Amino acid sequence: MQTEIKFAGFGGQGILLSAKLLAYAAMKQGSFVAWIPSYGPEMRGGTAYCTVVISDRLIGSPIIKNPTHLVAMNLPSLEKFENDVKPGGIIFINSSLIPVTSKRTDVTQLVVPVNDIAIKAGSVRAANIVALSAFAAKSELVDLDLLKACVKEEFAAKAKIIPLNMDAFDRGVEIARADQAQTA
Amino acid sequence: MAKVLMKGNEAIGEAAIRAGCKNYFAYPITPQSEVAEYLVKRLPEEGGVFLQGESEVAVGYMIFGAAGAGERVMTTSSSPGISLMSEAISYIAAAQCPAVFVNIVRGGPGLGGILPSQGDYFQATKGGGHGDYHLLVMAPDGVQEAVEMTMQAFTLAEKYRGPVMIMGDGLIGQMMEPVEFPDDLKTEPTNKDDWATSGMDFRKSKKRNLVKSLFLDPTALNDNNLALKAKYEQMKKEEVQFELYNGDTDYQILITSYGTMSRVCRTAIDMLKEEGIEVAMLRPKTLFPFPEKAVFEAACKDSCKAVISIEMSMGQMVEDVERCVKGRRPVEFYGECGGDIPSPEKIIDIIKGLL
Repeated sequence: MQTEIKFAGFGGQGILLSAKLLAYAAMKQGSFVAWIPSYGPEMRGGTAYCTVVISDRLIGSPIIKNPTHLVAMNLPSLEKFENDVKPGGIIFINSSLIPVTSKRTDVTQLVVPVNDIAIKAGSVRAANIVALSAFAAKSELVDLDLLKACVKEEFAAKAKIIPLNMDAFDRGVEIARADQAQTA
Repeated sequence: MAKVLMKGNEAIGEAAIRAGCKNYFAYPITPQSEVAEYLVKRLPEEGGVFLQGESEVAVGYMIFGAAGAGERVMTTSSSPGISLMSEAISYIAAAQCPAVFVNIVRGGPGLGGILPSQGDYFQATKGGGHGDYHLLVMAPDGVQEAVEMTMQAFTLAEKYRGPVMIMGDGLIGQMMEPVEFPDDLKTEPTNKDDWATSGMDFRKSKKRNLVKSLFLDPTALNDNNLALKAKYEQMKKEEVQFELYNGDTDYQILITSYGTMSRVCRTAIDMLKEEGIEVAMLRPKTLFPFPEKAVFEAACKDSCKAVISIEMSMGQMVEDVERCVKGRRPVEFYGECGGDIPSPEKIIDIIKGLL
């Protein structure tokens, strides 16, 4: 069983970090993982995306054309990658910056205004953590307590911003669960 | 030690430290600059030295100097940088000094691109610099192997008193995977006193050591080249490393592939197996010495109809594969370069075309 998650957005939105934290938690859970950035001649504020592979066996090809899930943090990312997602997957949409939803009907869409929620938590910079926790709660790929501990560990050297990110994390989980309840 | 999640480039830096490397000289170039970024922080903590050269040409000779003094030394670069260092690499090989060179290969020729490639196979295995020399070349297929090979590289460089190269590619440098560091290998080189210009006060032997690559006397030059040749023959006997994947089946096709490309082939082989098609892969882990006998034997299995070398190049390792198969099976080639790595589906199409 292998799951691939593409994280995409603007450079500076913390895409690579969200993806790394998910990979880290999955590794701690005992899975094989790989974190594959797309690197190229990019400029500040340009696009940033990367793929996390989580598998119960040794990971072969690190080249993923059709991910299981997509976390889209801005409109160009959604437009670029929505058609690549495998049927049955999740498309996560940051509705603070994406005024539309996907036309795909064979996927589950999770629409969350992550920037607005992060601002409520204290800083827009925590938007990536809101997205991470909301996506993780919806996809159930990793244990949420473990993931939260990984987030805390990541910010260990910047103790001041831990409460902000913990709050952002909880808010993300909460909204994903509310969405779940609504769908059910 | 528990597993940690690290980028290939950072993991190579940490592996060098754990192998006892105290000297790292480099010049930044994408896609390997994170090695320097990592070591500039870590080396001083270990009492080591990081120095950025004014160019790769300078770095090559800084490596020569440290290696000649018997110090564990490494540099990392990417393709155009390795070209600039190649003169010094030839000198280091001639002077028989141990040093580790890591090439995180990007697309070429020229400045090429910054995406992964395997276009430096010829450069790594057939020379690069001038004269009769070889590098011992290892090609990891992921972060864990990059770590293990980097640590081995220092030991091998000292065993053979010569330059060893790790040939990765941009993807291995950039991606993060879980990695477990083997036990530290901080052993002192045993043969250092015999040759290193480490200073009379710092060694037992009072013999005058001279590190040089100039041999104007034809007999002396011939002898030096014969000594190098003897080392390469010993490497062929003792250092060949490879993996045969799915080799215990009645495979119809044998793939030869290494590094990142071999991982895509591995997935393609697993997918083909589900369709009932058996394909094996011989993955050289050392590119020099090349697994000559293993390639020949795997190709000659009765069930095997053809061999195909799949590379991120326009056809380089395939020449070694053809040499080893000795005409006993048709040898095909598929390669892409420019930075886009072929997908498993593409490889499956190519394989089916051979059946």
